[in-house]
Amino acid sequence: MTASTVTAPRTLTRRVSPTATLRHTATLAWRSLVQIKHNPMELIDLSIQPIMFVLLFTYVFGGQMAGGHPVQYLQFALPGIIAQNAMFATMNTGFLLNTDLTKGVFDRLRSLPIGRMSPLAGRIVADTVKQAWSMAILIAVGMIIGFRVKTDVVHLGLAFLLLLVFALAFSWIAVLIGVLVSEPDKVMIFGFTTVFPLSFTSSAFARVDTMPGWLQAWVKVNPVTHLADATRGLINGGAVASPVLWSLAWAAAIAVVFAPPAVRALRRRV
Amino acid sequence: MSGVPRTVKVVRTWTSRKKTPMTYAIQAEGLVKRFGETVALNGVSLTARAGTVLGVLGPNGAGKTTAVRILATLLRPDEGRATVDGHDVVREAHQVRQLIGLTGQYASVDEMLTGTENLVMIGRLLGLPRSEAKARAAELLERFELWDARDRPAKTYSGGMRRRLDLVASLVGRPSVLFLDEPTTGLDPHARGGLWDTVRGLVDDGVTVLLTTQYLEEADQLADEIAVIDRGQVIANGTPDELKTQVGGQVLQVRPVDDRDRETVAGLVSVVVGDGMQVEGDLVTAPVTDPAVLPTIVRRLDDAGVQVAELSLRKSTLDEVFLALTGHRAEPTDTTPELVTEGSRA
Repeated sequence: MTASTVTAPRTLTRRVSPTATLRHTATLAWRSLVQIKHNPMELIDLSIQPIMFVLLFTYVFGGQMAGGHPVQYLQFALPGIIAQNAMFATMNTGFLLNTDLTKGVFDRLRSLPIGRMSPLAGRIVADTVKQAWSMAILIAVGMIIGFRVKTDVVHLGLAFLLLLVFALAFSWIAVLIGVLVSEPDKVMIFGFTTVFPLSFTSSAFARVDTMPGWLQAWVKVNPVTHLADATRGLINGGAVASPVLWSLAWAAAIAVVFAPPAVRALRRRV
Repeated sequence: MSGVPRTVKVVRTWTSRKKTPMTYAIQAEGLVKRFGETVALNGVSLTARAGTVLGVLGPNGAGKTTAVRILATLLRPDEGRATVDGHDVVREAHQVRQLIGLTGQYASVDEMLTGTENLVMIGRLLGLPRSEAKARAAELLERFELWDARDRPAKTYSGGMRRRLDLVASLVGRPSVLFLDEPTTGLDPHARGGLWDTVRGLVDDGVTVLLTTQYLEEADQLADEIAVIDRGQVIANGTPDELKTQVGGQVLQVRPVDDRDRETVAGLVSVVVGDGMQVEGDLVTAPVTDPAVLPTIVRRLDDAGVQVAELSLRKSTLDEVFLALTGHRAEPTDTTPELVTEGSRA
């Protein structure tokens, strides 16, 4: 054996410094993003599904929804599609977290002298980058087939920021599920059975005043309605103050309710 | 020795630490861990002297992985305490993590990343600058014969290569104490032999190794001391030779030239040795504690005019030891990971 494994006497640190925790988080975020290089399917998942939604909604439903003018419907629905997609994409966090837990990657990371929350934080940072990528793709594809940003770049940026903040809060639900379930696919099943009904019973794809009264009662409190309205207002123009505040309030409420049990469950599991 | 002692040798107690400070790289005392109704560990005490290999031997679900996870700071014990190089695994977990390496079925590399990327990531997490992390990764990949596969995702590796990468990943930080949780489960004999050589090399370099295994041969080959765990308790410990000598002692084997003499030999052996005589095919075996039986047997065989093809006295195998200690065999009945029954997985 060479001398490379000979254990030298060393000085041990007592705790992880905050800057070290940030560095660990950045390294682990890098790790999640580098994965895409070796698994291009993930990029396709992140891109193809949103593109499909845009095309389907525009050309299949759009004509009937807007009296023969698909692009007019696209202008209405794209902010909703972006909001729905942001919520779906959070499930990735839970899926990949569960994969790390079940495959033992988390155990390896936690046996290293690194910040205790760095593995989770790195995961979330990387997933936020992927979120931004999905949003950019959706806007780009929309614009190719006729969507126009009616406000300006600043408002578009604010819309993205609001969506990222909401997604970050919503991903605590995905983290909790990701820690609790026994296999990654169960996170996706949870995602489909909650995000689908939640996003369709909102103002994301249809005008609320066309719905029956009992449904309107729910739709008006549904957080996705506020998020879709806020996004629409910021991109298409119109009132934004109330839906933005409601979206932020919902984001805060979701984070407050789900983050503590998610962190506790993760601590208990690993 | 008559009967089977439940505990072969009393584990050194905590107080002995005062007399020989810092001799033990790993010291665990009375570890208890429960998962709901299941008691995974029921008072496990282990010690490993610095620079030696401690083999923790036991069947699936015995508590081996739970013990390793506690010692590697991944799990808090409900009762008891443990130290690694004198640092408490609960109160000084961060210090312990700077000293240890962990490899096992549940401490694995990222399959999506290449060998190089995995090792660079760990080097970076351990605080190495990028260039140093790359150099360290290259050095380890070359030394452990993974150089050609360095730029391939780990999921494309063969079983043996994958285990080597898992092991190498725990060596990036030059650990002084290495935990190997069933490092060769599922490997073919060739890959297993390679891993054994690697472990021996690390011990030559001064690393202390705690190795869990279901394979008696593996513990026999590698371990300086063995702790036998069953149902969350250490039921025996000592060197491989001590275990073999103290339980069951030696085994007498007689094989007659003529198969028809088997009955005669069996009768004769059972008269001389007493209980425990077994006939397997044309081989007659019996446990013996007094080596003086050998000349007696030779005389009796000669008197009876039986010619023997084989007549030997050998040490018990660890499998026989385990059978004697627990009443059941140690070899795995299936390859189900033991965490299914003992771990914290939901």
